[in-house]
Amino acid sequence: MFSRAYKTIVTAPPLVWVTIFLIVPYALMFCYSFWSVSSGQSIVHSWNLQNYHELLRKPVYWETLLRSIWIAARVTVFSLALGYPLAYFLSFYAGRRKDLLYQLVIIPLWVSYLVRAYAWKTILGSDGVLNTLLQYVHLTSHPLEFLLYSPFAVVLTLTHIYTPFTILPIYAALEHIPRNLVEASTDLGATPTQTFWKVILPLSIPGVVAGATFAFVLSLGDFLAPLLLGGPSGIMISNVVVSLFGAAYNWPLGAAISLGMLVIVVSLLFLSEKLEKRWSFS
Amino acid sequence: MSADRPRSRWLPIHAVAVFAFLYLPIAVLILYSFNRQGVGGFPPHHLTLDWYRILFADDAIWDSVLNSVEVAFAAMAIALAFGIPAALALDRAQFPGKALFRRLVLLPLILPGIITGLSLLMLFNLAGTRLSLLTIVLGHGTALISVATTEVFAGLQKLDRAQEEASLDLGATYWQTFWRVTMPNLKLSIIGAALLIFTLSMDEIAVSFFLIGRENTLPLEIWARLRRGITPEINAISTIIFAFSLIAIVLWYRLRVRTEGGAEIGAELLETSEPHP
Repeated sequence: MFSRAYKTIVTAPPLVWVTIFLIVPYALMFCYSFWSVSSGQSIVHSWNLQNYHELLRKPVYWETLLRSIWIAARVTVFSLALGYPLAYFLSFYAGRRKDLLYQLVIIPLWVSYLVRAYAWKTILGSDGVLNTLLQYVHLTSHPLEFLLYSPFAVVLTLTHIYTPFTILPIYAALEHIPRNLVEASTDLGATPTQTFWKVILPLSIPGVVAGATFAFVLSLGDFLAPLLLGGPSGIMISNVVVSLFGAAYNWPLGAAISLGMLVIVVSLLFLSEKLEKRWSFS
Repeated sequence: MSADRPRSRWLPIHAVAVFAFLYLPIAVLILYSFNRQGVGGFPPHHLTLDWYRILFADDAIWDSVLNSVEVAFAAMAIALAFGIPAALALDRAQFPGKALFRRLVLLPLILPGIITGLSLLMLFNLAGTRLSLLTIVLGHGTALISVATTEVFAGLQKLDRAQEEASLDLGATYWQTFWRVTMPNLKLSIIGAALLIFTLSMDEIAVSFFLIGRENTLPLEIWARLRRGITPEINAISTIIFAFSLIAIVLWYRLRVRTEGGAEIGAELLETSEPHP
């Protein structure tokens, strides 16, 4: 029903914008990763695999990447462990309060990332709220130093930030489950526990996959929480990239790492889409 | 539905615990913005408004707020100007590479900000563009097209195609049909998208981090101060940001209840997979 001109007019402008501001920049990132920096700190536009050799040779990059993956994995597991039961409660038991509770989930989602990371910094510091509280009630006599500037602080803060990201897709998946399936399961004699494990959980897997992807991908690429709360032991792969683009001034090497992250992220998105399709019953 | 299912005892307890985990840090942050002694120290005593007084006299902060507002409006204009056509294209046009196009438009929504920020930094560097608020606007605009597209696309899915067909059959041009039938039907989706884009842009830091010139946006101004040390003044501005975010979200939520009728509002915002028609 829509004419060719109409389709062209709505398609062309976003296509052009996306080409200039997404495709070209990603392509540039790709090119940069094969360039190098001369001793005079200028970019040498000759193609070589030097950066990738460097990444393979120096264990520090691998160790940081593995630490980032380990931090992101913990954030994902904790977010799901906190988020799933809450989404389940919202969808099946919240009753009239469902709407209000749902709003309470989305509010933190859109409240400034910085504000929330900062809040944790003030809580976890050695004269922070938590340490002074613990000493006030005489649970400890010295401030606990491991609370701030540690991977623990990063995992805690990122879990706080990404838990709502896992709740929403899980809740959406749970809401999509036809309630008569649940009733049928009960009528046929299944206990609530059996109904949950055999009917509800399998049908909510697409939501779990979507939520886990969000939590993992976004925390894997985070560099602000580690800068603010991580200390030297909480450095993540993006912090390495930030320093390569800043003080260390080695854009090509930084681009190679970013490209690696981009490849990891896009493969995970691809994988999660496949998983979601495989598990969705419609 | 919930009445005939057995209630579990630990589920509500878990829910309360998770909400506490999500909200207590924010409550602490707000509480200490009124603490004369500074951030930390338990119990807080000598509640005061001094930090707000200091904040309101702090010109650097208010300059950055102004910058952020300008950036947010400009980013909103870009994201809507390209996001609405993108949603229309995804809904009604067929072209080679459409699936790839959809993925690309939505990618910045899930991509860590560092990748969007750095790839644009390389583009601006190559083009010889000096970093300024304008580069941040382009960064935010590009990243937030995804939000405009998902929100408007959701609106289009609810739209009754017959209305547009009737308009065209009765002799209206495409242009007239667009402005008189399509747009009025999408009004609430577009306002919702605009609100969301504005809030997200005001709060954005990861992309801006790499595209910043001489002038700071509010989050970057706060970031710069955090590196120097923390004072309740930051709690005070954070409290104000929280209050404004809260208003924007509640407004957005009400709009979405009116357009979508409740249930899984906002969920499609998190879905990068194939939309279900």
